[in-house]
Amino acid sequence: MDDRALEMSWHYAIETVPTLLRIERGTEVERTVGWNRKDWEALSGVSGLGPSLPAHRPGCGSLSVDPDKADALAARFSGGKMRSRRIELASLEDEMESLFDRGWTDGLPVVPPTEVRVHRMLEGTRRAPDEIVAAVPPDLAPASVEKVAINAVMAGCKPEYLPVVLAAVEAACTDQFNMHGVLATTMPVGPVIVVNGPIRRAIGMNSGVNVLGQGNRANLTIGRALQLVIRNVGGGRPGEVDRAAHGSPGKLSFCFAEDEEGSPWEPLSVERGVAAGANAVTLFSGEGARCIVDQKSRTPDSLASSFAANLRSLHHPKLVLVFDAMLVIGPEHARVFRDAGWTKARLRAELDARLQIPWADLARGAHGIAEGMPEQLRSETLPKFRPGGLLLVHAGGNAGMFSEIIGGWQSGPGGSQPTTKEVRS
Amino acid sequence: MTILLDPTNERTIAGRTLTARPPSLQGKVVGLLDISKPRGDVFLDRIAERLGRMGAKVMRYTKATYTKPAPVDLRHEIAVKCDVLIEALAD
Repeated sequence: MDDRALEMSWHYAIETVPTLLRIERGTEVERTVGWNRKDWEALSGVSGLGPSLPAHRPGCGSLSVDPDKADALAARFSGGKMRSRRIELASLEDEMESLFDRGWTDGLPVVPPTEVRVHRMLEGTRRAPDEIVAAVPPDLAPASVEKVAINAVMAGCKPEYLPVVLAAVEAACTDQFNMHGVLATTMPVGPVIVVNGPIRRAIGMNSGVNVLGQGNRANLTIGRALQLVIRNVGGGRPGEVDRAAHGSPGKLSFCFAEDEEGSPWEPLSVERGVAAGANAVTLFSGEGARCIVDQKSRTPDSLASSFAANLRSLHHPKLVLVFDAMLVIGPEHARVFRDAGWTKARLRAELDARLQIPWADLARGAHGIAEGMPEQLRSETLPKFRPGGLLLVHAGGNAGMFSEIIGGWQSGPGGSQPTTKEVRS
Repeated sequence: MTILLDPTNERTIAGRTLTARPPSLQGKVVGLLDISKPRGDVFLDRIAERLGRMGAKVMRYTKATYTKPAPVDLRHEIAVKCDVLIEALAD
């Protein structure tokens, strides 16, 4: 038999050459690995085999398990499990350009999703390729694990990121998170993904220096994969259902890990009901981050007041209760609270107390500004945030007395609510 | 030769023809859908008033929130009960 294409070797999972198989009615009933005259004679029923050979030789590795060939063989011979339409590019067609031409990119080049790459990506999860992960807005098109894997390849993900991408897609497509509204709004928001649990370290995510910036493959490609799923599977494209007036750079990708090890507090996921040590993503509909500079505060009261003063102006100093916010507290700021023994609950309570805004500052027309709160909500004071509308996360580099505010979008059941999902392998 | 896997939902969009425009609104049932943006009701109140003068019967509908698509039951009710629909979108 000529098996230079390695088809038989792959299908029979041959790892060592020679391997002798006995097949009965198409089914393997016995095999012996390597050369051993006694075993070969017993299996074949023929005596006097290989008289010039020694009695025993262990054999060598089959080309079908050569690391350089294994993925390509698996993609070729198990390709049937991937059901997506095959698109053949002409030999003179530039791969990168053809992906732009088809409208499948977010404006940056993508990695061409070949069968081998998608097969490799699918190795990152135990979930079946045809399992439906979610109905993706705005078209509410079903996204299979395979479709998510294709877009994860394009985004530049490694296979070990796929479980995080899948969890992010699941979270984004809940009624609670309301990806349809987050996409369609004229405001500049997109899904911000915060990752918790040991998987952060396992896949090399960044929670430290330049945490919200460039340079970390996992952070950037996981966020990008979610956006590509929304674009390619959901059909959500700017200028169509996406009506953002300005958008924000975060709509390409906005994903980071919480610095749990350096945090004085419990992780965001634990606060939101996930068991400690479990992997989870939390999605928040957010705009770009802006910096709180406070290099002088050494007491928690002073620093909390700084935070409150900055948070008060979010979106508009005269608008309250409409928007949530995520406060990303840097290690040098967190240290002030740790040294004073402030828990996360204490900090939140202190911020709430400082964010009760007098009506005189909120009424429409007050301070010569037409924008403001409607008369029917008139009250002596109103809180800036609804209960649970301020998320606290610990992340950032060890030097710099800064924190970051990520402003939210329409909050509550009528808008988008922060959504946490455990990561399944 | 390169073979790629299609990253899209591979759906073919079903084509639908628009309902013919009625020559007159006299006796027609006109649905007014308020998507719950502020002051959408002010706009639709005025439209309702004018439609009434034109001899149309007005039915009012409201979405729970403007951030989500209209629920399928609401869409069905409008489709069954109305000849024409006007949706108020803006603030």
